[in-house]
Amino acid sequence: MKIALRLAWRSLLNRRLASILTILSVALSVALLIGVERVRQSARSSFTNTISQTDLIVGARGGGVPLLLYTVFHMGNATNNISFATYEKISSDPNVAWTIPLSMGDSHRGFRVVGTNADFYAHYHYRRNQQPRFGAGVEPKAMFDVAVGSAVAAKLGYRIGDHLTLSHGVGEVSFHSHDDKPFSVTGILEPTGTPIDRSVFITLQGLEAIHADWEDGAPPLPEHAIKSADLQQRSLPVRELSAVLVGAKSRADSLGLQRQWSEFKGEPLSAIIPGLALDDLWEAISYAENGLRVVASFVVVVGLLGLLVSIYNSLNERRREMAILRSVGAGPGLIFALMIIEAVLLTVLGAAIGVATMYSLLFGFRPVIESHFGLYLPISPLSSAEQWYLCAIVGLSFILGAIPAWRAYRNTLSDGLTIRL
Amino acid sequence: MMTANPFAVDIKDLTYAYKNGPKVLDIAAIQIAASEHVFLHGPSGSGKTTLLGLLAGILVPQGGSVRVLGQDLATLRSAQRDRFRSSHLGYIFQIFNLIPYLNVLENITLPCHLSPERKMRLGGVTPDVAALDLCRQLNIANLLDRPVTELSVGQQQRVAAARALIGAPEFIIADEPTSALDSNRRQEFIELLFAAADQAKATILFVSHDHSLAPLFTRNLSLLDLNRASRSGEVDA
Ligand SMILES: Nc1ncnc2c1ncn2[C@@H]1O[C@H](COP(=O)(O)OP(=O)(O)OP(=O)(O)O)[C@@H](O)[C@H]1O
Ligand SMILES: [Mg+2]
Repeated sequence: MKIALRLAWRSLLNRRLASILTILSVALSVALLIGVERVRQSARSSFTNTISQTDLIVGARGGGVPLLLYTVFHMGNATNNISFATYEKISSDPNVAWTIPLSMGDSHRGFRVVGTNADFYAHYHYRRNQQPRFGAGVEPKAMFDVAVGSAVAAKLGYRIGDHLTLSHGVGEVSFHSHDDKPFSVTGILEPTGTPIDRSVFITLQGLEAIHADWEDGAPPLPEHAIKSADLQQRSLPVRELSAVLVGAKSRADSLGLQRQWSEFKGEPLSAIIPGLALDDLWEAISYAENGLRVVASFVVVVGLLGLLVSIYNSLNERRREMAILRSVGAGPGLIFALMIIEAVLLTVLGAAIGVATMYSLLFGFRPVIESHFGLYLPISPLSSAEQWYLCAIVGLSFILGAIPAWRAYRNTLSDGLTIRL
Repeated sequence: MMTANPFAVDIKDLTYAYKNGPKVLDIAAIQIAASEHVFLHGPSGSGKTTLLGLLAGILVPQGGSVRVLGQDLATLRSAQRDRFRSSHLGYIFQIFNLIPYLNVLENITLPCHLSPERKMRLGGVTPDVAALDLCRQLNIANLLDRPVTELSVGQQQRVAAARALIGAPEFIIADEPTSALDSNRRQEFIELLFAAADQAKATILFVSHDHSLAPLFTRNLSLLDLNRASRSGEVDA
């Protein structure tokens, strides 16, 4: 075996350029496979980690998916609201540790406006244990305070102290503007890679204020409009919310809480467990994920075929080498071992370089990917699936080496020895 | 497996043709006793190399039997012939057949690494020491770590000879091993060959066009006379 390793190594060195090219092609496939795998994983985990530690989302009776979409992804709309009284009941439930009230439905130049209170900044989590943090300024406290997500600030160039107006509805261009009620930016959130980046946060009071003089969903006539300054003197009662995020005292209570609040007698409610709902939703759109998988496996197949072709081609040049080895007594075992060691060696080297390439690309491009695509790519050790892939690739190369090995053994000797050096 | 047989080589009714080619060899009988030094000659293309290939088990005859060192090669599977060759035969190829990516020392010691039996017969010294000893006698000791592709043809030929002689094989097959040597070296080489062979009581089958060497051998064979295929006018010389 030692002699086989040495011969294989020396032979590979002798064909340095071809060997390096083969290694590079394997390396590229491996880097791509693991890269795609990483992106796939991270897409999934970014998705399912958009919200963490929230055990329950409670909204008006309706579909679970729409509730999830508008509370977590800030997409779509709540068809109905829940009463503030219900929110207070949920908050005082002995099994509930904390709640976050959410009120949505307005937008600012295409970005969603979320009305909430201090509980949001205290209890909202994403990516397991991350919390939205202020890169500049502080959370909105007063009625006309506003905090903006990092993407909003970047796109619209907002800085602390800037003034902005909010519009009713969620379209990019809104007909009804609340431009008589300017808000001032008190805080800019750090990037999170979640929909928070693309949202604008105000207080519940603030949200009431912009609708205070509206009647039945229609804007006030100019003469009925209330001045901002006047509003600030008053305390506006909050009557309705879109949804409530709930943290249970113990995770084990989530199912019980879910049952309890979806059967609430006071008003018809829906309650979902975000972790499960996110998984379900991801499964529903997982064909995209499978697409990535298919692409990645084709890449590997092509890489390994390249390996096979390269070994097979070199075989012709090496018929004589094999024949000489046999003429001085190398048996079929050694010839087989040589070819298989070569295939495995090229693949192992290729895989190692591929993994190294993937990590260095990951390291280099992580900030760009995170800021442009909102994909958080952790630099973590190879997952068990990735290790499994690598083993499978090396295993396959073993089989691929056996094909030319068999051919090499069959047609060496007699034909090889008469071919001139 | 090896039955007691007074002959190192025992050929009967041997016929051989290359794939899709005419019959190259048709030999009624050749017998070479153990430790004989045989000089084999014949014009170019008469089938000398082919005959040696058959004796080494590199080629397989279409008809007849070939016994080498008492072993009927036809009864061996190809892997067994490989092992037989590495353990018992030293073959100096006409075209050397050195491994281009190994250096001189590695080429010479290769048979010892391929066959444990061959290594055993070194008599306790390491392959490297045995190789160095042979190289000294062949005047190539200063080339041990050179790549064989950077040697002169005569130097390559001596490397091929050292590889065949290492580990004292019982049957030495030499296909024009002195073709690239000057007359002094030629003489030296034959003396070394005989010394190595006699030490191991080995049999030598030596192919050469140089008839001046013939008197040094115990027997002289003409393939043209032995080969019935050559009489039908296939030979070009
Ligand atoms: N690999 C081969 N395939 C087909 N025919 C071959 C092959 N090798 C040799 N021959 C033919 O077999 C015949 C004998 O060749 P061989 O090499 O045995 O001659 P030789 O006596 O060794 O000649 P030389 O003195 O030139 O070395 C020649 O006619 C040659 O053309
Ligand atoms: Mg010849």
